[in-house]
Amino acid sequence: MKRFLLAASVIALAAAATPVSAETVRWARSGDALTLDPHSQNQGVTHTFNHHIYETLLDRDSEGTLQGRLATEWKVKEGDPTVWVFTLRQGVTFHDGAAFTAEDVVFSLDRARSEKSNMKQLHADVESVTAVDDYTVEVKMKGPSPLYPNNLTNTFMMDKTWAETNDVVEVQDFGAGEDNYAVRNTNGTGPYKLVSRDPDVRSVLALNENHWAETKPAVTEIIYLPIAEAATRVAALLSGEVDIVQDVPVQDIERLAGTSGIKVETGPENRVIYFGYKFGEEPLKSSNVTDKNPFNDPKVREAMELAIDREAIKRVVMRGQSIPTGVPTPPFVNGWTPELDAYPATNVEAAKSLLADAGYPDGFTVTLDTPNNRYVNDEAISQAVVGMLGQIGIKVTLASRPIAQHSPVIINNESDFYLLGWGVPTFDSAYIFNDLVHTKEGHYGAYNVGLYSNPELDAKIESLGTEVDLEKRDATIAEIWEVVKGDRVLLPIHNQVLAYAMKDNITLEVHPENQPRIYTVTFD
Amino acid sequence: MSELTQTAKPKGAVARFFDSDVWFSFRRSPVTIVAATVAVSLVLAALLAPWIAPYNPFNPASLNLMDGFTEPLSESMMGNYFVFGSDNQGRDVLSTILYGSRVSLFVAVMATLFAMAIGISLGLSAGYVGGVYDSVVMRIADIQLSFPAILIALLIFGVARGIIPPSQHESMAVWVLIIAIGLANWAQFARTVRGATMVERQKDYVSAARIMGVNPLRILVGHVLPNVLGPVLVIATIGLALAIIEEATLSFLGVGVPPTQPSLGTLIRIGQQFLFSGEWWILFFPAVTLVLLALSVNLLGDWLRDALNPRLR
Repeated sequence: MKRFLLAASVIALAAAATPVSAETVRWARSGDALTLDPHSQNQGVTHTFNHHIYETLLDRDSEGTLQGRLATEWKVKEGDPTVWVFTLRQGVTFHDGAAFTAEDVVFSLDRARSEKSNMKQLHADVESVTAVDDYTVEVKMKGPSPLYPNNLTNTFMMDKTWAETNDVVEVQDFGAGEDNYAVRNTNGTGPYKLVSRDPDVRSVLALNENHWAETKPAVTEIIYLPIAEAATRVAALLSGEVDIVQDVPVQDIERLAGTSGIKVETGPENRVIYFGYKFGEEPLKSSNVTDKNPFNDPKVREAMELAIDREAIKRVVMRGQSIPTGVPTPPFVNGWTPELDAYPATNVEAAKSLLADAGYPDGFTVTLDTPNNRYVNDEAISQAVVGMLGQIGIKVTLASRPIAQHSPVIINNESDFYLLGWGVPTFDSAYIFNDLVHTKEGHYGAYNVGLYSNPELDAKIESLGTEVDLEKRDATIAEIWEVVKGDRVLLPIHNQVLAYAMKDNITLEVHPENQPRIYTVTFD
Repeated sequence: MSELTQTAKPKGAVARFFDSDVWFSFRRSPVTIVAATVAVSLVLAALLAPWIAPYNPFNPASLNLMDGFTEPLSESMMGNYFVFGSDNQGRDVLSTILYGSRVSLFVAVMATLFAMAIGISLGLSAGYVGGVYDSVVMRIADIQLSFPAILIALLIFGVARGIIPPSQHESMAVWVLIIAIGLANWAQFARTVRGATMVERQKDYVSAARIMGVNPLRILVGHVLPNVLGPVLVIATIGLALAIIEEATLSFLGVGVPPTQPSLGTLIRIGQQFLFSGEWWILFFPAVTLVLLALSVNLLGDWLRDALNPRLR
């Protein structure tokens, strides 16, 4: 009898254990979410993690198309182009059992717009948010804002009562080192609940059985493991310690794809990598030309574009994992066209004679500021460009820094020549123009590092924000791109390609914003 | 034979050296001979890099990206031949190592000299003056010795970066490294010199000099210093090996010299990214060079310590 019981319990244990272990996914990437307070940091890694616990009104699929999540319908109010009306999904509950209603949306949007929120720039044009009934919310804008729903894909919904009970109505001030209850505790409507969290080490999420979606995710437990060192991350997958690795170094893709039991999914990211330079008459700080600014001469900018071999960068530095481009916008973005994307063939001789025409037959010196831990092979790209510009006589000194030290140089316009990457969460050109092209003033031009200024263009860019006729708006976008490309305001190199590596019984699609959703994972 | 050499007059410095106990113990130690050969050839190779290196990797204009990732002993797509292969930027690994050792050795030698200068002057004065000054200097040295030198170097490096304007960082990088490593290593020198000075201070020739009214500074530099220099030489040699390793560590961590002018540590940092993908040569050759350099200098230091120690003779 005893032996039978033992055998039975062994069988039962085995039966219980098999499906559970098959449905647990150990997910490694380079960094951890900075905080779980959903409105505290507008940062990719943080959003990606929070998307499993919290939900947004709208979302994007892996093609980048806008789709409903907690909202089922969204439209401009009839008779008032300045009001957006959102119809909410019914029967949604938070992890603590409270119902999700319009008052939670009003609370969450107000919280996201509040002073300490890092999401507020996305809601800068919102005047007020009101609940019409339990499942309808109206957002009144300062003017017609036809693209506002695009800004909602990372703004998470919180429970008003939970926030008030736990004293987290105010957003955590991350920059000031503040802490609050919502940093380590969560109450969302998402498909997973937080089980445990050890920042920078390990976080565990378990399936939310009461989630509204009809089809339950295949993964019942997520173990999230930040591993900063790339080689360690890859080794963890090779040795079977993790199931999915995000942020796979390009040089290891081939090795991983060739390992049995492991596969690599690649896909384009909605992010362009580009070089920028200082405009204006004032001489450069880091150059031996002290009476004028060589970059301000269109011939010099053209010479630089002709000197750079994008194909070689793709082939050697990126090992084929990039999409060279001639325009600083990814193809996902409204306004991108194949004509804009075209770039001239490398021609060192022509570049040299252009440089000579511009009055620099012997070239000049300049310092290039590059991050070394932010984008895929960022430092190696910059190093390659140093060599290519060296061939036409531009002697570049490379200043390579971690992103934490690169950012202040960029934001304070202290750089003469720099590398940066730009992602476009709204999938619209206006997001690029507002921050990179518009003259730096007010809330425009935050990343216009080179201080390019074209008042005519500025007026057109500003008109995009309130233009309701989408056809006319697209025409203006095309006009702006024509000037931006013609003036070579920026020097684009390529669009990034993402690579996720995983065990070969797992299927996870590459997400254009690098926000993979583990609830979409399927097993073979 | 010793009869003969002793009668040969006048004896030059070279002859005296070949007659010394140091030379004798050198000839008797095969390990030391090998170490010295390796060290001397590496140093020579580094010094002569511009003349013996097949390419100049520090001139970005001469690089071709399409040469990248060429295997050792093979020709690249562009028709260039690379003995040790090429790295991710199309740089010849052999040339990069030759030029890189120059940077590494320059930083290590300068840092050691800097540490010596500080250590000797503080140690001499502390040992001679004594009292509160001695206590303060030695407590500072004790505190510093209780931290790993690399941490102190990182700290100094960080502070220096904060002080120097960003536009000067690259041109100053080598000097900042030298100062950081030098300041991290002075305490050893100070301690040894202070101990030896305290012994010498009691001796009659110092008292005699003092009674004659010789300036204390002259006593220290002219009389005491030459007598404490033996142990300093030993520490300096071992310190040089340490400085080479420290420079490599800092560069490996990415806080050293700019990537366009790599030292051995920078090369190892670059190379370790390509281990999984099978491009082993980018890491292997610089790493072997670093090991050989540090090991041979260390062995020389060990031998010197034994050779100069009268008790071990």
